[in-house]
Amino acid sequence: MLELKNISYEVEDDQESREILKNINLTINDHFVAVTGPNGGGKSTLAKIIAGIIRPTSGQILLDGKDITDLNITERANAGISYAFQQPVHFKGLTVKDLVSLAAGRKMTVSEICEILSEVGLCAKEYIDREINNSLSGGELKRIEIAMITARGTKLSIFDEPEAGIDLWSFNSLIHVFERMRREINGMILIISHQERILNIADQIVLIADGLVSAFGSKEEIMPKLLNTEGACSALTEKVQ
Amino acid sequence: MDKIEQNMLEQVAGLHEVPAGAYNIRSNGKMAGRNTTANIDIITKEDKQGIDIRIKPGTKRESVHIPVILSESGYQEMVYNDFYIGEDCDVTIIAGCGIHNCGVDTSKHDGIHTFYIGKNAKVRYVEKHYGEGDGNGENIMNPQTIVYCDENARLEMETTQIKGIDSTNRITKGELKAGASLEVKEKIMTHGKQYARTEFEVDLNGENCSANVISRSVARDASKQEFFSKINGNASCAGHSECDAIIMDDAIVTASPQLTANHVDAGLIHEAAIGKIAGEQLIKLMTLGLTEEEAEAQIISGFLK
Repeated sequence: MLELKNISYEVEDDQESREILKNINLTINDHFVAVTGPNGGGKSTLAKIIAGIIRPTSGQILLDGKDITDLNITERANAGISYAFQQPVHFKGLTVKDLVSLAAGRKMTVSEICEILSEVGLCAKEYIDREINNSLSGGELKRIEIAMITARGTKLSIFDEPEAGIDLWSFNSLIHVFERMRREINGMILIISHQERILNIADQIVLIADGLVSAFGSKEEIMPKLLNTEGACSALTEKVQ
Repeated sequence: MDKIEQNMLEQVAGLHEVPAGAYNIRSNGKMAGRNTTANIDIITKEDKQGIDIRIKPGTKRESVHIPVILSESGYQEMVYNDFYIGEDCDVTIIAGCGIHNCGVDTSKHDGIHTFYIGKNAKVRYVEKHYGEGDGNGENIMNPQTIVYCDENARLEMETTQIKGIDSTNRITKGELKAGASLEVKEKIMTHGKQYARTEFEVDLNGENCSANVISRSVARDASKQEFFSKINGNASCAGHSECDAIIMDDAIVTASPQLTANHVDAGLIHEAAIGKIAGEQLIKLMTLGLTEEEAEAQIISGFLK
């Protein structure tokens, strides 16, 4: 269970302080939770706060009842949090095999890596020794990013807009990855997304807009609100209409 | 051969025992072992220090190891090794120098390797430089590699200096005829107050010849690195050089490329990037459970792999 208590985050912007997150209270205890809402609403900031990359200005974060607010990134990773970046990072010299092994925290055999890569639709033969650099496409990098999260198999996995920066064809096959993950992975999955097909497989949906949780509930409750709230999620509204 | 010398051999040539094929081991200025084969001859020079390595035309899949070890503190030498590689060869040459200096005097190895590579021959040349020792004596190495590639000859050179060399001036020069190609991959890491200077100069003289120079380096502590590369395109040719450096602590890195096109169809490119480790790289690895120090070590070892 992940609990966010009174989480606020302010930044100094041109000597003015701006509130990115305003007193967020949220308890996540479901298997597959989608976070959606307009761009700039604070979704990624919230994900980074959970992973420890950003420190909240105030508030408390609890994982399975344990206060993790003061833990750094490494300690949170070891406490069971994984975070897939919206824009995967390039590494000169480090290969797919290196990163998947680092993610798993141990030396992995070729067949183990093969299994993980095939889950995200990559053929190990072709990718295992590839460097994580710009010779890989956006879709390939996203899949490798997801493979690292599945290799870790932690109790909380956060995905920040897995659909961002990839073409529709790649996304269509990526959705199957998440469908399978939903079926097979134990633990909580928190996924930031604008995609209707992702929201459709969610147990719960959190709508974040203007730094606030503006709605939280089952997809049956939230989906109609999303489509009827003007400006709430324009990408989704346009797509559905 | 004692333990120190055996360790040096392993560091610079990956050798645990006497290598297969041709070899010449030089230890503190003396020959410590040599083997020749039907196709590869090694002859001691009479007019100066060093050896001639002669490889018969058409020799394929053979290798030559020529490691050099300095374990007497204060030993200094200048060695000339000349390689004559016949037409249509396909061979691997593994050189390297290890210095173990546990005294207070400066140990120094200056080596000039000259390659004459025959038509259509292919050579892979690997050299490693390594220093160690618990004394205050400095370890200095100044390797020079001079390459003459005949038509359609190819040299792939991998040169590595990761540890223990206090001062180095590395010079690589090449002249290429038609269809020839030269590929150089350099990896350097300096720390403490070390100084490393690299100088490449390649003349692309023949039609459709090419050169590709890739340098990756890490400069830590108060070390200093300088990278100079000159590529002269004198014909329809392709030249590319790339200097990629990670800078840490109080280190200083200079990259100074020079491209000269003396022919309208010379295509020459230089890329240089110097910067510290990207924060997002560290963060990514930390989200996988590594500490900041472990993340840094992984990034550097990957970069220099």
